[in-house]
Amino acid sequence: MSPDPVLAVTDLVKHFPVGTGMPGARPVVRALDGVSFELRAGETLGIVGESGCGKSTLARTIVGLERPTSGSVTFRGRDVHAERGRSLAALRRKIQIVLQDPYSSLNPRRAIRDTLLQPFEIHPDVLPRNKRLARVKELCDLVGLNPEHLDRYPFQFSGGQRQRIGIARALALEPEVIVCDEPVSALDVSIQAQVVNLFQRLQSELGLAYVFIAHDLSVVRHMSDRIGVMYLGKMVELGPGAEVYDTSYHPYTQALVSAVPVPDPTADRSGRRLLQGDPPSPVSPPSGCRFRTRCWQATDLCAQTSPELAVPDGAAAHEVACHFPLLPNAS
Amino acid sequence: MSADLQPCLSVRDLSVEFDTRDGVVPAVQGMSLDVHPGRTLAVLGESGSGKSVTAQAIMGLLDSPPARVTSGSVTFEGEDLLTVSPQRRRAVAGEGIAMVFQDALSALNPVYTVGSQLAELLRVRRGMKRREAWTRAVELMDQVRIPAPAERAKDYPHQFSGGMRQRIMIAMAVALEPKVLIADEPTTALDVTVQAQIMELLAQLQQDFSMGMILITHDLGVVAEVADEVCVMYAGRRVEDASVAQVFKRPGHPYTRGLLRSIPNPAAADDELWAIPGAPPNLLHLDGGCAFRQRCDFAIEVCASTRPELRPVGDDRLSACHRAEEVLDVA
Repeated sequence: MSPDPVLAVTDLVKHFPVGTGMPGARPVVRALDGVSFELRAGETLGIVGESGCGKSTLARTIVGLERPTSGSVTFRGRDVHAERGRSLAALRRKIQIVLQDPYSSLNPRRAIRDTLLQPFEIHPDVLPRNKRLARVKELCDLVGLNPEHLDRYPFQFSGGQRQRIGIARALALEPEVIVCDEPVSALDVSIQAQVVNLFQRLQSELGLAYVFIAHDLSVVRHMSDRIGVMYLGKMVELGPGAEVYDTSYHPYTQALVSAVPVPDPTADRSGRRLLQGDPPSPVSPPSGCRFRTRCWQATDLCAQTSPELAVPDGAAAHEVACHFPLLPNAS
Repeated sequence: MSADLQPCLSVRDLSVEFDTRDGVVPAVQGMSLDVHPGRTLAVLGESGSGKSVTAQAIMGLLDSPPARVTSGSVTFEGEDLLTVSPQRRRAVAGEGIAMVFQDALSALNPVYTVGSQLAELLRVRRGMKRREAWTRAVELMDQVRIPAPAERAKDYPHQFSGGMRQRIMIAMAVALEPKVLIADEPTTALDVTVQAQIMELLAQLQQDFSMGMILITHDLGVVAEVADEVCVMYAGRRVEDASVAQVFKRPGHPYTRGLLRSIPNPAAADDELWAIPGAPPNLLHLDGGCAFRQRCDFAIEVCASTRPELRPVGDDRLSACHRAEEVLDVA
């Protein structure tokens, strides 16, 4: 891949125990089951998939809010989950997160000034005390908030402004990677475009790399250089955004793309492929390929062997995890 | 719009106010709409635009206080539901108008099985015997394509996935074969794959029963896929009313135009998105001018002094904009 991955996720596994039983015999939710990818500096990797596919667990594990069951997340070669003490703190500054709900991710009893000063209290050696307020005002300018509103409380702001506060907080420690977990889906339609534009402007001004998680495929496509498609804890397709979207190899990606409502009443909807049913439970995923229970071309092979994410032979240009990828000249 | 058809539900000049500590909020002002058998009217708007309050006023679900219906009529089968007695309203509207809510988990009773909730409805409304009602409940669950309905009827709401719960809500809504179905953001909480299934199911049932449907949504893609007519709301008022083809081809209000322009265009992924500036107004502080003018790129002096009335702007469509003709021309 690129010579300079800023973030590398390698074979990441996260299982959550559920229910009761002897240790080791308790059933587990396989939220992430071997996810690998690299993120280059200044790049946006979009992650899409249905709820329960492990998108948010991935976000939380990357920033260190969850410890992986196995596998690693490395930032410029240093393992996020192996570092301790000072070096961990220094590492954490570099990877920040913006959460979905700007209503519940801000402390309602803290004025915005205090919310934005908090990162510097947690990481006091970043900036001397007397320079912090100036930096907070600078952050406000950067995300389009009025610095005169610093004494206000979250309830005095609209949803879009609150998301700007959340973004300013994530930018405070000058990160290189921002993990965005559904950052626009709680916002009103007329506000979403403003925030998407803000993310893009910040990226070009500050050279940020984004892991951009969202279920709105049109927004992900607009934002992303590459797109990864997840299904039940696995990455099933990974490649350049336009390619994954327009020439999907994986049957699941095709179904996902065709389910997106097209904002054009004259669009041709005859070729649409509707998936039946819901994703299976991540506690007991199907054997072999996890998508085979909803796949229209599954065979015995799919039940026996789990396909690996790889560039298939033939006319393929990006990675897919399928025994029978839908290559352009084959179908 | 189609004036030759007899509407099955007519709302005329409906206004709803809420008394709050900070003052009177005019949530809905002068709302009118017609629902025709077998057709779908989409009510499009963002949060606070009054679309859900309109639906709740039609259904008689508003708590009073704080809500007050200050004017208007809701005519269903020749009777004004806003003036008849509560008993009469329940007899008429309870049979003939049904509603599907966004959040199916909170709309279902957690301590009864879904089968018994469906059967209770049929026993109370149709006077069915216990066993007959249960059989019919299982039939209904089959009709909304829940697999193994006879077994699943004995399950509780929490044992179903979000999509399956929404199917049960829909089964309850169509159990009495209503003339009008109001769907308030029925798929907002669901994944796109499940959303596509639910919208298909609603369209099928609408055909089977020849129901008129009001679809409340903020999703332009969903509107384009299922609606026949569109009514756009902003700050409690109707700002545009036209057929779905008209709205998407040539929007007649700057707000509608802005929403359509802010949809990411796959062909221009590198460009900045068009974004409507600012945020929706606080309904407590509306003045005599157009509520959209601060965010409008068509605004002129008259917009501040005079609120534009909804008026015909050519071929069977309405717009509440002083410059609607110019908006139509640039679109």
